[in-house]
Amino acid sequence: MIAALPAPSPYVLGAVAASFAALTVVLRRPHLGPVATGRLRWGAFSARLQWRVVWLGGAVAAITLALMATGLVVGDFPVPAWRALATAIWDRGGEFDFVVNSLRFPRVVVAVLAGACLATSGALFQSLVDNPLVSPDIIGINTGAAACAMAILLVGADPALLPVAAFGGAVATAAVIFLLAWRRGVSGARLVLVGIGINALLAAVISFLLVRFPIEQVSAAATWQAGTLAAASWRNVLVLAAGLAVLFPAAFVLARRLRVLQLGDDAASALGLRVEACRVAVIVVGSGLAAVVVAVVGPLGFVALLVPHVARSLAGTMTGGVLVLTALLGAVMLLSADLVAQRLFAPTVLPAGVVTAAMGGPFLLAILRRYHRAF
Amino acid sequence: MPSEEHGLRAEDLSVGYGGPLILEGLTTTIPTAGITAIIGANASGKSTLLRALARLLRPAGGTVLLDGADIARQSTRSVATRLGLLPQTPRAPDGISVDDLVRRGRYPHQRMFDQWSRADEQAVQRALELTGMVELREQAIDRLSGGQRQRAWLAMALAQDARTMLLDEPTTHLDIAHQVEILDLLVELNHSEGRTVVMVLHDLNQACRYASYVIAMAEGRIAAAGEPSEIVTAEVIQRVFGLAARIIADPVTGMPLCVPEGKAAGTDQRRVKKS
Repeated sequence: MIAALPAPSPYVLGAVAASFAALTVVLRRPHLGPVATGRLRWGAFSARLQWRVVWLGGAVAAITLALMATGLVVGDFPVPAWRALATAIWDRGGEFDFVVNSLRFPRVVVAVLAGACLATSGALFQSLVDNPLVSPDIIGINTGAAACAMAILLVGADPALLPVAAFGGAVATAAVIFLLAWRRGVSGARLVLVGIGINALLAAVISFLLVRFPIEQVSAAATWQAGTLAAASWRNVLVLAAGLAVLFPAAFVLARRLRVLQLGDDAASALGLRVEACRVAVIVVGSGLAAVVVAVVGPLGFVALLVPHVARSLAGTMTGGVLVLTALLGAVMLLSADLVAQRLFAPTVLPAGVVTAAMGGPFLLAILRRYHRAF
Repeated sequence: MPSEEHGLRAEDLSVGYGGPLILEGLTTTIPTAGITAIIGANASGKSTLLRALARLLRPAGGTVLLDGADIARQSTRSVATRLGLLPQTPRAPDGISVDDLVRRGRYPHQRMFDQWSRADEQAVQRALELTGMVELREQAIDRLSGGQRQRAWLAMALAQDARTMLLDEPTTHLDIAHQVEILDLLVELNHSEGRTVVMVLHDLNQACRYASYVIAMAEGRIAAAGEPSEIVTAEVIQRVFGLAARIIADPVTGMPLCVPEGKAAGTDQRRVKKS
């Protein structure tokens, strides 16, 4: 049964329009001027600082915190703003404990972590093949995870196995793509084309599962497949935090190698990079980050594709610092998408994946318009 | 063996891409602190030799020795601090600036924690100064002219700070003025810094003019090697390029200048018109 949607909230619509306008301005920046830089030195440690990345990182972190606070405060169950924050941070327990600390708090934390994972994964893949239109959801890694997870849901196995199945599906898909793309080394273009083929194949598998199984089982699976944060729990937070704690530092270390890899295989080898080992590492870390997210919240689209692009427009080419900024922007995108999903047609709640896709589509078109290069 | 300490040498080197051998049992020593040009017809194996010297190809037999040790047994990073390469028509990622490109050349010197030292900063500055790219450092690579772009890549390879630099046809796709500009720059670097330069060149006359040592390749072997004034003779040109040519003295430098004995538009066309 399809319930009629309530009227959209004018506040949410206004906020969405405003952020769209802001992002359009960002994407229209023609070229970045000189970047003020400094050198950081602390004992044996030295690094290059781009001031733009530093202050942008601070600003985006502040926006993330503000959105997290908003996520704690707003909802169907009325909780006074001050009480919501107090319950979450220093005065745990009390009458709002369940709503704030069991429903809203894990949800915003999951959004932050999942957004950061997806954006980092996208940035790794885009740098790897030097093509801004690539991401784990396009080359089939998310779809592989989804196909496995749905198979588990539909044959009636224990739903607790779902994250395991999704993770296994993502890693297996990445491995298959990699093996099929391997011809005495992996070229970026080949990887993408093989990935698109695999993605189509797996999408067919999902469609088959959807028409083959009874409707009541399928509907639960379909919601999961759109990507939703509604079931977020502290256990999810733990899984995502563990994944990010291992994989993000790895991605950070790879950023410097990716900068060298982007110069082409010959130049990179001559600069002392072990090219194939580096590619394998990037694919493993990138797929791992996507897999953790799919396992927990489902195959959320477009975050991995778009966020790295926004980060590049703001801060320039890939560096470790830009990767941190990308992760923070991913958090912002998923947090805001989830807030919109909850509040736009409140009390009807949309899956967050519907909103990321609805936001992502127009941006994808904007990016395509901006790039004059043929792909 | 003090004489073996610095330098690049190929010993009985054979290379193939899985099929028939492209290079067969080739032995040569690159003169340290000199400018070496590798010349030869298409498919003579000149690029393959350069790539094998740069460790981009695994030899089917024989060894490449860098500073007296087998290059395949040394760590990739350590080789990269002593041997640099500028590939043929390299491609930069979208929208990166000259400065960003040149900084990437410091990769072999960077460590996990020591990511951007004073030495890195100075090497980049110096590379930009040597190539005359200081003014253009914030420019995007894809907005530069062909000659400027090649200088930017050269600056990247210079920032690597390797004693020996290999260049694969550094002047392709450049007009004549920019070709001379790049080659003059390489000579300057060789003189002022004592860097060893090894390059594949298409143009025989440029090789004669700019190189102190020429390796002429034919069918995967060295047909002749030595100073240009010694080896560039009509007989060698016939053997290497299969071309009848006369060798005269270059009016500017006195080095050999190769003039092919082919047809000429002036005389021929008039004949066509008359008939």
